Order: sequence, then structure tokens, then C-alpha cells
Amino acid sequence: MKFYIPPQLPRLALAFAVFISLFLVLRHFLVPETFGEYGHYRGASLIDNTKPEIHYSGQQACFKCHQDIEDKKAQDVHSDIHCETCHGPGEKHVLNSKKADILRPSGREFCGSCHVLNAGKLKSTINQIDLNKHNVGKNCIECHNPHQPWEMKK
Amino acid sequence: MEPHYQHLYDILAHSQGYIFPNEIDLQWGILIVVYPFITGLVAGAFILASLERVFKVKILKPTYQIALLTALSFLLVATMPLISHLSQPQRAYEIMITPHSSSAMAIFGFVYLWYLAVVLLLEIWFDYRHSMVVWANEKTGILKWIYKILTLGVNDISPRALAWDRKLGYIITVVGIPSAFILHGYVGFIFGSLKANPWWSSPLIPIIFLFSAMVSGIALVMLVYMIVSYIRKKAIDLNVLDSIGKYLFFVLILDFTLESLDQIHRIYEAEESFEIIKLLVSGKLYLTLFVAQGLIGTIIPLITLVFLQFYKHKIRLQKTMYFIVSILVLIGVYSMRWNVVIGGQLFSKSFSGFTSFKVGLIGLDGTLMAAFWLVLPIGILAFLFWLLPPWKMVKEED
Amino acid sequence: MSQSTSAMGNEKIRSSRRNFLKNMTVLAGATLGYTWLKSSQVLLFAAEPKDESLPWYGIVIDIQKCIGCGNCAKACKSENDVPPEPFYFRTWVEQYTVKNDGSVNIVSPNGGIDGFKQTIPNEDIFKSFFVPKMCNHCSKSPCTQVCPVGATFESPEGVVLIDEKYCIGCRYCVQACPYGCRFIHPVKKVANKCTLCYHRLKKGLAPACMEVCPTGARMYGNLRDKNSDFVKYLKEHTTQVLRPHLNTGSKLYYNALSGEVR
Repeated sequence: MKFYIPPQLPRLALAFAVFISLFLVLRHFLVPETFGEYGHYRGASLIDNTKPEIHYSGQQACFKCHQDIEDKKAQDVHSDIHCETCHGPGEKHVLNSKKADILRPSGREFCGSCHVLNAGKLKSTINQIDLNKHNVGKNCIECHNPHQPWEMKK
Repeated sequence: MEPHYQHLYDILAHSQGYIFPNEIDLQWGILIVVYPFITGLVAGAFILASLERVFKVKILKPTYQIALLTALSFLLVATMPLISHLSQPQRAYEIMITPHSSSAMAIFGFVYLWYLAVVLLLEIWFDYRHSMVVWANEKTGILKWIYKILTLGVNDISPRALAWDRKLGYIITVVGIPSAFILHGYVGFIFGSLKANPWWSSPLIPIIFLFSAMVSGIALVMLVYMIVSYIRKKAIDLNVLDSIGKYLFFVLILDFTLESLDQIHRIYEAEESFEIIKLLVSGKLYLTLFVAQGLIGTIIPLITLVFLQFYKHKIRLQKTMYFIVSILVLIGVYSMRWNVVIGGQLFSKSFSGFTSFKVGLIGLDGTLMAAFWLVLPIGILAFLFWLLPPWKMVKEED
Repeated sequence: MSQSTSAMGNEKIRSSRRNFLKNMTVLAGATLGYTWLKSSQVLLFAAEPKDESLPWYGIVIDIQKCIGCGNCAKACKSENDVPPEPFYFRTWVEQYTVKNDGSVNIVSPNGGIDGFKQTIPNEDIFKSFFVPKMCNHCSKSPCTQVCPVGATFESPEGVVLIDEKYCIGCRYCVQACPYGCRFIHPVKKVANKCTLCYHRLKKGLAPACMEVCPTGARMYGNLRDKNSDFVKYLKEHTTQVLRPHLNTGSKLYYNALSGEVR
């Protein structure tokens, strides 16, 4: 007894089979090598994410050459502040101090970025200055050594 | 780069309250409004077609092929707004080769392929195969070869084979109904599953999307049927319009109920995000929500449809009214997509402020691009009507 | 006679054709099976490695120590090549001012990079504080959940990272983050966010924002190391995460977080 197969089915099955196999083969070549190593992502991306350049060296790098400042800073209230907080990114200067200088900021506006009076800061966290009253017109570092602020210059 | 920043500085100047600094620019723009609108039309048109096939609503027979071809022309364009919106469109294939199983967006590629190949194309193929075999014999030249290829070489038009065409087509239609629900429902789920956004996060959103999709699809088929009949200088069968109008009415009522439920629930619970959403709805979304979606898109069509169901005289005006109703409904559903997508991004996740949205005219995510993706399916439909004319099909002896 | 020979000949041809078809099917099936099996190791979600030898990073921010100087936001942009325009921030600082009439004023001018100027007079202020924000490096990260292609992920050290070579720019992750940490980089045109300076962590350096914070308001550490100062801090202070009801598994713990903060 011959089993009747409607003529549409074999042709359609073939068409779908061809398409699906094409897709699977293509997929095999397109999925990146390291995909799935640690999870649903490209394992090599973990390495890609370590590639960006470092711009801030960390103060240990500064101390290699500037031990005098390290000692000075450790004695006063700015001891916990890292060098690059004020001086900006130091990597270029660390790599070649003659070729690349580092920022030497000063001025009421600059020191004020931390010390300006603001109701949002706790007095116990930081000394706050009313810039409109305290020695108006003078640069802060005329009196305060930024590395040892209470060592007054006058 | 400069012009783009200028546009952002303008928005920054117009932001109200506090927004997170990264929220200034809207991430999903007009193209993401257009995409659910298009897939909604596809799902809705298909559901109407399946009403004739599966539920044997004989009166809708003249609209069957129209609905299918409309669905196909919109489906072919459906991926384009998404791809043109990506900032790395050349990597779009990644969604097909490494789909992330926890991401609703990832199933898009496969759901789309399934619906295109297994549901729409197959159903149209089973329906047109007989006619295509006949046309392949009648025509000459390139057209002959086009029809030959389309038949996939299955030239058997014996009554047994034709019976199988109908049987298999029926099975595909039945499978197609839940497939249409998934095709559009997952879009609603993409929004509804985001706990970070309270305007979107709701189990009702996928259902609301589905029902408004059905509304838009039904209205579109009504519109296309009227326009095609007019162009072909054939009489528009009022019984067909009345029947479609009846389904449109019921689905619109359900859609309206669901939308109202979503809002009433939100107003009643008045949880954390309610204050900012209240400001959003009464302010930036007032026109598009209450006027465009509510009044123009829902209330007026509902009243008109009730009127038309009860008062069936004045034939001339009746057709015009159906015509206007379908356009209003389409405007309403488009506004609904706008309100969901754009509305959800206008307020900040800090719940303390608003940004603003100005659609650019040009550019890959501008108005012109969106308009193009909406108009292109019409061109494709015209081509399909020429290639596979429903009115020239071989009549089956039932 | 000739009929039966040709019949036998036909039989032979048919059987050799059958064998050929059988072999081809087996070959095709095997190729298909191989590609499917090989690919399924990628399709199926690979189990998270529980590599105990690696640190599991967490972050602490002490609201009481933040003075709103903006050094963190400035250093972050500098270290990570983020455009200077005020629309893209991997980290930023907000100032909350609760007024006596109960209203809450929140500002973050240029992310706090240029500091804050007090505009509300002291008499009207009930309380005020600064809140630094950054990626929370969630352990149940909603942004990694929604990425359709696997371009953002939680590293084995618990740092949520972005694969810039794989991201398609669909922006779903930006929508999914409840903290507003993500943005689309205007030049690279892929998603971007705080990476906890992963490139620095791997070299034993602190993230840039923590390196330059003058008051030590920002801390990071290994949540696995129960003897570290970091974990000791968590033990001794009352800490909270943002949006706890969203269950993101946020690993950014705030000390002295006030209820007005979102």
C-alpha cells in the first residue's frame, strides 16, 4: 500500500533544510573564537578591557623621585591626599619628567574647589573658607604651603 | 560632531527639574515608535485574515488575500527601522548568531524569521500555488520564470494536491495565530519587562500592545480594501465593511478597557513614580495621549462605529465614515506607540525631572527615514498586487 | 530474458543510488550535527565560573566624606577618554538640598566636575549633602540581562564590562539600567560606562576616581577578603544600596544614604 506524500512537503522540507544548514554553517564561521569561555560574551574582551592607557600613575610613582615632598606631606593635614588629586594625571611626567611637565595649580578658585563654604559639606570632614572674606585677592599659597598647609609662610 | 552637540545643549537648556546627566538625549527615537507600529499592523492584518480561514467568517473572503499581502509587505520592511536605528548596523547579524537567551530583544531574529518563512510565506504560497502554476503556463518571458521559481517546481494541480494545499494552509493559519501574538507580544514584553522604567514595567503592556496591534491591522485592511476597490473601479461591498467594522469595534473596546485599567491601577496605587508620571501625562504627553490617542484614536471611532452598526442607511456617507474611522484609528495607535516609547524616556529615572525631545528631519533616525519605512510597504504592496493579483486567481470549485 | 536482466540492472542502479543517497544523508547529517553541537556550547548559557582565587569587587561611598569637589568626575573623564561635553559621564556627583519647606533640590552642574556653588541661602536649608554616582556593578545586573548579543557582561571579578568590538548599539542596556550609568559614546558609537577602571585594577592600581578623592569618600575592595579594611568598613557601618526593591544585586554600598536619594 503506497503511502501518499503530498507533493508540496518534500520540496518544502528540502528548501527549509537547505536554508537551515546554510545558516548553521555560516554561523560556525561567524561566531568569534573566544565566545562562551566565561559566559555569554567574547572571552577576549576581558583582555581588550585591560588595554586602555593609564593616565594616573598613583602617588607611589611620584614618591620615587619626590621623597622630600612625601615626607613633608605626611606631617600635615593633606597627608591623605594623593599627589594627582591636585597635580592631575602624571603618567607622562613619570615616564619622562624632562619632556612632560605636570600641572602646578594654585589660586583661590583652585583651592576653593575643595575648601569653599558649602552647606553640603560636613565641617568635620574639611575646613571651609568663605572666599569673600578670607584674605580677598591673595593667592592661597602666598601663606599656605600646599604640601604642609599649616606651615604658614609668614 | 558639532551640530549634534548643539542639539544636546539646546535640550539641556530646556530640561526641567533634575535629570541624570546621561539622560539628556533620548535613546530610542521615532524609529522605535515606527517599529512596533509596523509589526502591529502585520499581526493585526494576519489575525483578520485568519478570521476568514479558521473561524470561517465567509463574509470576509474578499479581504483574505488583501490582508495577507498587506501583512507581508509590512513584514518585509519591519526589520529596517531597527537596523537603521542601531549605531553599529553592520553588526546586526550578531543577534542571529549569538542571541542572549535572557534578552527579549534577542528572540527577535528567530521570531521574525519563523513568522516570515513558516507562517506568512507558506500560507501565501499554499493559497497561491494553484494560480501560480497556471500563470507560469500562461505567461511568457521573465514572468514565466518568476512564477516557475515561486512554485518551487511543485506543479501538481490534481484535486488531491490542491486539497492538501488547503489542508496545509489551514494548519499554517492555526499555527500562525499564536505566532502573530508572539511576533508582536514580545515587542510589548521588551518594554513591559524593564523594571528600571515604571512607565513601561507592567504585565499589561504586552497585552495592550497586542490589542492595539489588532486594532491597527484591522483598520489597515479595511482601508486597503476600500482603496484597492476604488482604484480597480469595483463596488465596495458594504457587508464586508460592516463585518470588519464590527470586529474593529469589539477589539477597540477591549483595547480601551485595557489601557484604562493600566492607568486606573497606576492612579490608585500611586506608588513612587506616580508623581512624576502625573506631571508627564498632564504636561508633555497631554496632546498625544488625551487628544490624539484618546479622543481622536479611540472615543470618536468607537462612537462612530456604534452609530454605523445601528443606522445602516445613507450608503454614500457610510463608506466615507468607515474610511475616516480607519484613518483615525491608525493615528490613535501610532500615538499610542509614541506615548509608550517617547513618553517613557521623557521623565528622568531620578523621578525628579524631564528632558525634551525634538525629532530631527534628516539623518538615519529622523522623520524622513521613519516616513520612508512607512511608505515603502505601500510600494511593495502595489508590486505584490501586480505580481499576485487576488482578483485574477484561479477559482476553486468548492 | 532481457527483461529480467534489465530489471536486475535497474535493481542494481536503484540500490547503488540508494546507497549513495544514504551516504550523502549521513554525511550531511553529521556535518549539520557537528555544527549544531559545536554551536550549542555557545547557545547554551555557560555557567559562571566560581573562581575563588579572583577578587569579587565591591564599592563603598561615604556620603559624610564627600565634599563635592568634583575631582573624581574630572579624573574619570581624563583617565578613560570620555568626551568633555556635559552629556556623557561614567561617574558624577549630585548635590541634594532639602529645604525647610520640605522640597528637595537636586543639581549636578556638568556632573559636578567644576564643583558646586551654593545658591540656596543657609536659612532655607534643612540639610544638604553630596552623592557621588557611578556604575553599581550589580551582581544581578539588569543591563547584562537585556543585552541581545552578549556585548556587556559581568567579568569573573564581578566588574560589569562592555565589549566595544561586539556592541551593536541597540541601547537596550541604557534603558535597563535603573541608575542612569550608561550612555552611548558619541565617537565610538557603542555603549559606554564606568568599568571600575578595570585596566587599572588588573595592574594593582586603584580606579582613577578613588585615586584622586581627597577625603577618601570612595573605597573599593574585595568582598571575599573578610579581613580587609573594606569588608571591616561594611561590618561597622550602616550601608544601603540604591533602588533595593529592584533587586539588582548592586555592589555599591552607600554609608549615611538619606531617603531622598534616587
